[in-house]
Amino acid sequence: MDAFLHQVLAGLATGGIYASVALALVMIYQATHLVNFAQGELAMFCTYIAWSLINAGVPYWAAFFMTVGFAFVLGVLIERIIIRPVENAPVLSVVVVFIGLLVILNSVAGWIYTYTIKTFPSPFPEKPLFGFTYVSSHELGAIGVTLVVLLLLYSFFRFTPLGLAMRAAAQNPESSRLVGIRVGWMLALGWGLAAAVGSVAGMMVAPIVFLDPNMMSGILLYAFAAALVGGVDNPAGAVFGGFLVGVLENVIGSYVVGNDLKLSVALVLIIGVLVIRPSGFFGKVHVTRV
Amino acid sequence: MSKRALIALAVVLAIACVLPFVVSNYRTFQLTLALIYSIALLGLNMLTGYNGQISLGHGAFYAIGAYCAAILMDKYGVPYWATIPVAGAVCLLAGFLFGLPALRLEGLYLALATFALGVSLPQLLKYHHIEKWTGGVQGIVIAKPDPPFGLPLNQDQWLYFFVLAVVLVMFALGWNLLRGRIGRAMVAVRDNHISAEAMGVNNAMVKSLTFGVSAMYTGVAGALGAIAVQFVAPDSFNIFLSITFLVGVVVGGLASIPGAIFGGLFIQFVPNIADEISKAAPWAIFGIFLIGFMYLMPMGVAGAIRLGLARMARRAQNSRPGPGAT
Amino acid sequence: MKRISIPIAALLAAALAAPAALAQKKYDPGATDTEIKIGNIMPYSGPASAYGTIGRAVVAYIKKVNDEGGVNGRKINFISVDDGYSPPKTVEMARRLVEQDQVLVLWGPLGTPPNSAIQKYMNMKKVPQLHVYTGATKWNDPKEFPWTMGWQPSYQAESRIYAAHLLKTKPNAKVAILYQNDDYGKDYLKGFHDGLGDKAASMIVKEVSYETSDPTVDSQVAQLQASGADVFFNITTPKFAAQAIRKAYDLGWKPVQYLNSVSGSIGAVLTPAGLDKSAGIISTQYLKDPKDPAWQDDKGMNEWRAFMKKYYPEGDLNDVFNVSGYGAAQTLIQVLKQCGDNLTHENVMKQAANLKNLEINVLLPGIKINTSPTDFAPIESEQLAKFDGKEWVRFGEILGQ
Repeated sequence: MDAFLHQVLAGLATGGIYASVALALVMIYQATHLVNFAQGELAMFCTYIAWSLINAGVPYWAAFFMTVGFAFVLGVLIERIIIRPVENAPVLSVVVVFIGLLVILNSVAGWIYTYTIKTFPSPFPEKPLFGFTYVSSHELGAIGVTLVVLLLLYSFFRFTPLGLAMRAAAQNPESSRLVGIRVGWMLALGWGLAAAVGSVAGMMVAPIVFLDPNMMSGILLYAFAAALVGGVDNPAGAVFGGFLVGVLENVIGSYVVGNDLKLSVALVLIIGVLVIRPSGFFGKVHVTRV
Repeated sequence: MSKRALIALAVVLAIACVLPFVVSNYRTFQLTLALIYSIALLGLNMLTGYNGQISLGHGAFYAIGAYCAAILMDKYGVPYWATIPVAGAVCLLAGFLFGLPALRLEGLYLALATFALGVSLPQLLKYHHIEKWTGGVQGIVIAKPDPPFGLPLNQDQWLYFFVLAVVLVMFALGWNLLRGRIGRAMVAVRDNHISAEAMGVNNAMVKSLTFGVSAMYTGVAGALGAIAVQFVAPDSFNIFLSITFLVGVVVGGLASIPGAIFGGLFIQFVPNIADEISKAAPWAIFGIFLIGFMYLMPMGVAGAIRLGLARMARRAQNSRPGPGAT
Repeated sequence: MKRISIPIAALLAAALAAPAALAQKKYDPGATDTEIKIGNIMPYSGPASAYGTIGRAVVAYIKKVNDEGGVNGRKINFISVDDGYSPPKTVEMARRLVEQDQVLVLWGPLGTPPNSAIQKYMNMKKVPQLHVYTGATKWNDPKEFPWTMGWQPSYQAESRIYAAHLLKTKPNAKVAILYQNDDYGKDYLKGFHDGLGDKAASMIVKEVSYETSDPTVDSQVAQLQASGADVFFNITTPKFAAQAIRKAYDLGWKPVQYLNSVSGSIGAVLTPAGLDKSAGIISTQYLKDPKDPAWQDDKGMNEWRAFMKKYYPEGDLNDVFNVSGYGAAQTLIQVLKQCGDNLTHENVMKQAANLKNLEINVLLPGIKINTSPTDFAPIESEQLAKFDGKEWVRFGEILGQ
């Protein structure tokens, strides 16, 4: 029983990682109706920027917020400069551009920072909370941060005019233009926010898995699964999905089939969930009227 | 097909037949690989371009085809040419079976399901209970086929012509399929599946069948690939292969048969060019190429050619004096 | 094959200068009077791109050798290409180097699957596949594959050293193993099983694998702890090794830990994991660790540091991979030197199989390279070492001579 509890808690901890990256994916989807495959690499790159700042002597929280700001600007720039030219191209062409971006970011990070792993500091205390060795203070803290970000995003989209404008721009660009929304800038803003959320995710993840250019590649698959299983247009769903995926992955790997077949079981599960609920657990079911 | 298209095809075919005798064996080998990829891309193109179902996991079918060929040749001594239809049949079934539950999934969700397939297959290939057949992490080494009937060709040239013949057969079949009723049904399902259903198209059947056929093409390519490279190992078939296929289809041109050839040439040769340009970050150069291609040719190479030809035709038309022209 | 006939004057001069050696030049494609072409295949892109730094270190070293005059008056044209760790690409690149670039030697291709894919081809073409960069045991097979030779100590041999040590010190231990689910991990695993012999089934209580696509191995380590084992064999690559070491400590699990030498680097693994958390770990070594205080003022390592500073400044001075590439390249240079003016494929293999007590400045003192026509394993010796929280303390004798 002890070991099982342990696996569940470890799963929640890794689930927190998936949830934070899934949030960034959902963010971008809500703003642009596209899934950005380069999200993970963008987050990793921004985490390296933070690392450089901290190494240069900047205190943690100053570096944290500077990085979030930098990530926001980077996201906006990428949208304006790289994505804009293919705005009207077929979806798959845009996907290829994302793939190109992913590959460039990964390669450049490896070139500048080499592939040796780096430690990334955590703002949370070293000692486990309440002497509870199963989950470290950082992992708990990271989950907390993810929930705070989720709350902020939810409030932003629900209760602010800007959030409403962004959602409108993504769902119906033509009508939005007609009511005076600057759709182009809404998209850029969406990217900026997603990049910022991604950078927070990166900085929370790096202390757990160590910082290296391939840090996010494994996580992206699970985050993708988490976002979709929870419902790609629902930030809370994404977070739920993240925890679910984390726990299931651990429990399946430990008790059901062993780590050798973990991925195949994950595949069957994902298909199973999606067959029963094709829009994910909490996603909006799209009804097309003829 | 129009007369002009037929002539173009004949010319291209003639060049293709002469090439192995004028270039080195190494280049012939590379061209063989490009042709093999183009078969795989045609398969993926049917699914994604013509039927609108995105797949991020076609590397898995390529792997299944490759392992079929390798296991048959290595463990059961089956001659290489006989493994091709078997690989195709196995993948047809596998694709159809995968397509069935995937029917209900749209766009992103289907992408996720296929992504999971692409990621999980290498691990499955390493599973120790089937290691006896798959060779596990060590993989399987197979022999290169010799030209039959003592033809005056070397192994590379023979393999090239063998692959070329398979390409012609598969492409002809594909062209026939896409032009006919089923092809139109596929496109109808892609463009407006509700109207298609209303008009009597059995969406479920069409979509699953397309998945099956698409997997069959990719499986055939996988088998040929195993024979050409003479080696299969789980690491050869990771998720990057699936992503590379998708890139190839988009760059070559969606919903286009010649697009598959352009795509095959792209994914075979452009990474090498990127490597020549920069050792420090070869992938970054490849990424820049990708983005550049999408800027210049968002509809792929085939799309750009189509546009170019249309523009030339329009210009020719405009320069001809019309009835009311001044 | 080009055979250059020697003008009489040169013959006379050579005869006067070195009466014992008739300076007859023999060249295969890839060698001329002024140049030796060497091919190399490394994963500069793709999932294994972390190892690309070895290629860059070697390219830098060759540049140094060329700056200092080359080998026997010839410059080395070192052509290093990327295969992305994908065997089909490796096959293509090997064919390009052998058939198009016409190299004399294909040196140091990295990875077991890539090398497995080209082994038959290289032996058919009778071009040396020299000093392949993997610890798999199968490269030491001069009868079946006379043109293929490894360099590193084999993984299985290393595992057997750990097994032997365990049987001697803790014969009733319960062992838990974490291994990477690929050829490297499984090779170490096999060696360990073989080393424990009949006792393997009773001693090994839990074996758990992971994929390189897994974000963390925390779950796996937790499983291992839950098995109640008191010995932990850690077969992981650097990033996962650091995670595993740290997690084990944080869980309060304090087993006797054997760490595979691939991840023995103080700078790249133990420091991120936590030096205090790594205290007590046992591993084997054959290279000098750049962060080990014992080699702070070592002549050989200082030469390496000077080399890195001048020729590969963007390389990481913490990374033992950069030391390894430097050491391996020196072995190549020695082989070429021994070839003299007889630069044929055959003679390269002959000289590669004729290294006697070769010492390299970045190998541990006492470890020498020896090869013979029946022994295609250049480095067979390693030494056990225990990490005391600051440095690796070597103990016991040099094994595997």
